[in-house]
Amino acid sequence: MHTRLLSGNEAVALGAWEAGVAVGCGYPGTPSTEILEALAGKPGVYTEWSVNEKVALEVGVGAALAGGRTLVTMKHVGVNVAADPLFTASYTGVRAGLVIVTADDPELHSSQNEQDNRNYAIAAKVPMLEPSDSQEAREFTRLAFELSETFDTPVFLRMTTRLSHSKSLIEPFAGDAPQRTEAPLAPGFEPDPRKYVMIPGHARARRVAVEDRMQRLIEAAEDHPANRIEWPDGLPADAIAEFGVITSGIPYSYVKEVAPQAPVLKLGLVHPLPRRLLAEFAARVRWLYVVEELDPVIETQLKAWGIDCVGREAFSGIGEFSPTIVARGLGRPLPAPTLSPQLEVTVRRPGLCPGCPHDHVFTELRRLGFIVSGDIGCYSLGVLPPYNAMDTLLDMGASLTMAQGMDLVVPPEQKGRIAAVIGDSTFAHSGITGLLNAVWNGRDGLYVVLDNGTTAMTGMQPNPLSGERMGRSDAPSLDYALLAKAMHIPDDRLAMVDAYDTATISAALEHLAGQSGVRLLVVLGLCLIEGQKLKRIEKLDLKKTVRRELVRTHPLGGQHE
Amino acid sequence: MSEVFNALLVGVGGQGIVLSSDILAEAAALSGLDVKKSEIHGMSRRGGPVFSHVRFGAVVHSPVIPTGAADLILAMEPMELLRWAPWAGPGAAACYLAAPILPVGVEEYPEGLADELARLFPRLVRIELASIRRSVPLKVRNTALLGAASVFLPLELDSFAAAITVLAPRGSAEANQAAFDTGRALAEAQLKEPADVE
Repeated sequence: MHTRLLSGNEAVALGAWEAGVAVGCGYPGTPSTEILEALAGKPGVYTEWSVNEKVALEVGVGAALAGGRTLVTMKHVGVNVAADPLFTASYTGVRAGLVIVTADDPELHSSQNEQDNRNYAIAAKVPMLEPSDSQEAREFTRLAFELSETFDTPVFLRMTTRLSHSKSLIEPFAGDAPQRTEAPLAPGFEPDPRKYVMIPGHARARRVAVEDRMQRLIEAAEDHPANRIEWPDGLPADAIAEFGVITSGIPYSYVKEVAPQAPVLKLGLVHPLPRRLLAEFAARVRWLYVVEELDPVIETQLKAWGIDCVGREAFSGIGEFSPTIVARGLGRPLPAPTLSPQLEVTVRRPGLCPGCPHDHVFTELRRLGFIVSGDIGCYSLGVLPPYNAMDTLLDMGASLTMAQGMDLVVPPEQKGRIAAVIGDSTFAHSGITGLLNAVWNGRDGLYVVLDNGTTAMTGMQPNPLSGERMGRSDAPSLDYALLAKAMHIPDDRLAMVDAYDTATISAALEHLAGQSGVRLLVVLGLCLIEGQKLKRIEKLDLKKTVRRELVRTHPLGGQHE
Repeated sequence: MSEVFNALLVGVGGQGIVLSSDILAEAAALSGLDVKKSEIHGMSRRGGPVFSHVRFGAVVHSPVIPTGAADLILAMEPMELLRWAPWAGPGAAACYLAAPILPVGVEEYPEGLADELARLFPRLVRIELASIRRSVPLKVRNTALLGAASVFLPLELDSFAAAITVLAPRGSAEANQAAFDTGRALAEAQLKEPADVE
């Protein structure tokens, strides 16, 4: 017996599998992570965590060009990393269906910014679908593959945190279990350099093809099954309703909650927009509201077409909507809170887990007076009390490179006092190139990798440094010492220390702080939560031994035993 | 909106709120109802407050409970019940585990919290940690509290049992069911006695 209550993320995985997806790849990032985790291990599909989102999308484009339906997943900021291949994949087309999930994060529940990736769909000239619940997430994933093949284009599927992490019922399976249908296309690469080799001469021709495709998509949007008008029962077809709402995604569910009788144009295909359908709906309502989270994407296009509507005047573009916010914006009655507590509630901040193997590094960096250039992941929590030990944080990998920039211009008293701190997964994602940049350009800098053996913040995904790949099968892990050697970082400027050996960490920091040139400190510990999981599958001892060996063979200052 | 039952489950990262809410949602689904639930993963897990909205009824639209519309708040921690009290609708019931967890970096717990909670929620079940510490293992305390809260939930006990069978981690269905029954019995006993919280 299995449950029919699926999260939006699980439903995307189910829809992809049912649609015959051959390859699933991505980089973990909340709220997108569970999609690939739900797809992994299902028969007939290869899944991987890729090193980063750019790599994942390129693997995906290759797989699609060779004839396999492919799902690529990432969080919204991941699309920034993948933007380079994205814009040109729009030119090459895909052959087999290629669906890119962008999981946007209104309210920044676990992100560094709040971007609306519908803008990417417009900029890259790629169609985008946006479901409203789990059943639609499942259906739209299939529709996205079909759209992708029909129009020979990558297709975006936009999720948001609320959709990814809410559960709702899906329609029952025909039999006992989900059925997988074979993808229509037989795998096999057919050379077509004018389409797949984007030198300028070829790309100019494809630029025209992209525009032609957009025109055909605009036509198709008019009666795409993901778009529909919900007209209230009993209202005559020629009547003008007092007000109506255009909406999509999770906000649709809030509109239905607070104004169940309102006429609604529900958009499932959010790029390109069905202009005639929108105009037809607008003509049938006196007041037209647009209820969309984050940027006024629909509203701006409506107004450009001369269709009057109420959007940002009634709904903020900042943060996540709620039934309450939507009710207020639409002027609907609201339930009022009935209780008024008389006691103050204390703030409960997230923090590094008690006993986190890496907390000592933050304490020490602060004690030694370092400016700490931080990075994405658990360690971003180093900025909060009790550590208060992080001064900058921008994006994946920026700790190393921003430190280099700062070091170029700081006054003498701050020279040599900048340390970059980065986790293992982030180091593999985009830290290595930053380290290479430092070496190549002869920069100074203390670079600290806090290796906890996993990608902890997003829920324990393996990475190229953890000795495992997706599904926990063993993999070779990147060798820090060989990497340092290959980068010409001298032995006495590399230290690998045990995270629980606090005295050695302090000594290593003080030793390396006094040196010049590129210095790499690797602090090896095991995430507490990951440790518990490893214990359960009887891998803990092995992993501890491997790490101890790294520390033994590459101790502080090249003092080999 | 009144035909939808709104349950809000709250606690601190690591207390099993997500699993409890999964069991509740599944129990509602197995009862033939429409169900939606919503929670946030990620950073909130690391010591921060954790919440899960569960809504069930004939038709459920939003996966999020409107403010001021919760019918029941289940809290694995007293201060978390107070934090979420503004979500309560008229006559809302509450159920909490009297096991305070201090936020990181905070030394003192608010005084008079139990009295304040009793004042706010006339329909209240308070599970003393001492009453389950021995009989209910740490890992299934969330299910004990769900059992206690079940006295306020319009669902059959069979549905909870079936949901536990489906969702309890491998080998733990019996322990979860026992915890559920313990919590339920404690709540029933407490509701039979005249309240003596003063």
